[in-house]
Amino acid sequence: MSQPAPPPSRRPRVALFVTCLVDLHRPTVGFAAIRLLEQAGCQVEVPRAQTCCGQPAYNAGDRATARDLAASILDAFSGYDYIVAPSGSCAGMISHHFSGLFDNDPQQRTRAEALQAKTFELIAFLTDVIKITTVPAVYQGTATYHDSCSGLRELGLKSQPRALLASVSGLALKEMVEPETCCGFGGTFCVKYPDISTRMVSDKTRDIAATGADTLLAGDLGCLLNMAGRLKREGSPIKVRHIAEVLAGMTNDTPPIGEARG
Amino acid sequence: MLATSPAFKQNVKGALADASLQKALAFTRPSFAGKRTAAVAALPEFEQLRDVGRDIKNHVLANLDFYLETWSANVEKSGGIVHWCSTADDARAAVLAICQKAGAKTVTKGKSMISEELAINDHLEKHGIEPVETDLGEYILQLRKEPPSHIIAPAFHLNREDWEESFRASHTDLPEDRVFGERRDILTEARKKLREKFLAADVGITGANFLIAETGSSVIVTNEGNGDLTQTLPRVHIVLASIEKVIPTLEDACTFLRLLARSATGQDMSVYTTFSTGARRPADLDGPEEYHVVLIDNGRTGMIGTEFQEMLRCIRCAACMNHCPVYFTVGGHSYGWVYPGPMGSVLTPALIGVDKAGHLPNASTFCGKCESVCPVKIPLPKLMRHWREREFERHLAPQGMRSNLAIWAWFAKRPQLYRMATGLAARLLSWLGRGKGRVASLPFAAGWTAGRDLPTPEGETFFARYARAQREGKL
Repeated sequence: MSQPAPPPSRRPRVALFVTCLVDLHRPTVGFAAIRLLEQAGCQVEVPRAQTCCGQPAYNAGDRATARDLAASILDAFSGYDYIVAPSGSCAGMISHHFSGLFDNDPQQRTRAEALQAKTFELIAFLTDVIKITTVPAVYQGTATYHDSCSGLRELGLKSQPRALLASVSGLALKEMVEPETCCGFGGTFCVKYPDISTRMVSDKTRDIAATGADTLLAGDLGCLLNMAGRLKREGSPIKVRHIAEVLAGMTNDTPPIGEARG
Repeated sequence: MLATSPAFKQNVKGALADASLQKALAFTRPSFAGKRTAAVAALPEFEQLRDVGRDIKNHVLANLDFYLETWSANVEKSGGIVHWCSTADDARAAVLAICQKAGAKTVTKGKSMISEELAINDHLEKHGIEPVETDLGEYILQLRKEPPSHIIAPAFHLNREDWEESFRASHTDLPEDRVFGERRDILTEARKKLREKFLAADVGITGANFLIAETGSSVIVTNEGNGDLTQTLPRVHIVLASIEKVIPTLEDACTFLRLLARSATGQDMSVYTTFSTGARRPADLDGPEEYHVVLIDNGRTGMIGTEFQEMLRCIRCAACMNHCPVYFTVGGHSYGWVYPGPMGSVLTPALIGVDKAGHLPNASTFCGKCESVCPVKIPLPKLMRHWREREFERHLAPQGMRSNLAIWAWFAKRPQLYRMATGLAARLLSWLGRGKGRVASLPFAAGWTAGRDLPTPEGETFFARYARAQREGKL
């Protein structure tokens, strides 16, 4: 990433794009993102007017709705130094697809291009922009990390999460044979083609289980819900968490995905 | 070829329940990707070659009329004949006329996907001409009356025992004690039968990987050498090629040959690479007396100038399907027409209509692996998304999905109402999962819960908790 480091005199103003899944399903991930960003010296704000990046509409072929939602994000997130999302998929939607939605509107397109240049996935932002190399977290366990597709292939997220996980005290990382193979979530794909999706996630959980790890981590809540849902259906004891929860040391704040407190 | 693409979902159910197919898919899955990775790693300039390949194809597509006319003039100069065919019907008629004029009884065929598009075998049989597939995989499929399930490894859905069974069923002179212990036994049996056919054939039909404008040549690559016997031994050679196969120069052909085999099978080069230029000249030792190219459009010019033009860069290497987790889950026949996998999910709707092939561009997670390995950098997920847009515009997408999307979008555009709705949903779902953190079945999420539990939310939304924390002065 070629983003210049912020001037030392001023803390970077970061707007958190919470993502609709984190908002609805797992707020702790949002608070973990805030903690990580603040630890890294950022001033974090959460624009109130945000809902969703529009990806469900965009991938369903409904460009008009996607464009409307993108336009409201352009409004809600103007004026910040950076936009950061705890999801490669949503960050990728903003940073790789927004400007294309405004091909016939040069003014909005220019705004979208400006926004996408300062939009980052959380882990990539911490490592590539703020240049942190360690986190002060502790986690006792052996984890395996799933490379979610958009983060990996759109944003080049591969070594960064592993580098930060390596600095977590007590955590050992064991790789799957195919950490880069899609888990079969695919947004609405998983409900449009449940048979295919279930078979894909079953291939994934077999790979996860074969590592012997007690914890599965990833950076996208959609994939995590899919893999956790399958692991729980199979009766697996493997704990599933968003990587931000572990890096922020917030695993005591909430039980693993698909499990109850206590 | 009759399309079963509209029945994609039923095809998938059958494929998932087919133990023999699943065994074959699992057996082959690791091999293609591993071989490509090794071949690419051994060629440092491979990534730059992908850019060069993309640029050559883009240049050709922008000047397609010029290159096709140049190529055609050079074919005629070398004594060949070009048959320009707009439709599959035209092409079938052209092939049949050439065969009938040659008095053909037996026609040998090299592997060609465009010939599947034309269903040329059925057409020839209907007119009393026996077509014989000479690629080993295609040969067994012809015996089994099955279409290919993969564009370069057509019988890849079969296991060794399937081969033996088909030979025993079709080769009636086969002694019962013949052993089919290994691949060589299969080869030996097929070779014996095919030799007779190679020598008997009056016409040989091949496809073309490339047409070279500056020389008027056609190029085929094979690993079995069957293509050479098909096009050299009979008196008449017919090349079937679609319009986007043309490239400007021999130098360009070398660029694509460096990309093709590495992307396809992980070989540096295919075993046989054959350039054919015109008919046999008086001093030539061998070659056909007649060289015809049946040049086929069949819907492709309709893609030019649209958002799907980039698909015409495809060089049919199969890297996209070889790396596709959906392809390896459902197999090639599920896609229901000639071209399976990600390239098929973009090309098929263009050639047979998105109303028939609408499932294909939807049955993708957009994981992006296909685009990342495509030798000519076709943005396959983006093109599949464009098909979804066409479907949405034409109201072809399922009504239920459409209504759900509309309700969700209505709320998503109104943040305050959205907060109220998500606040309720989060609490309700959390309550359903109380004590467990998940639910095993949920009527409106049956697709999800059929194979997975649904993890339930923490209970309070992020925005509710954040507002509370602000009020309590904790932020």
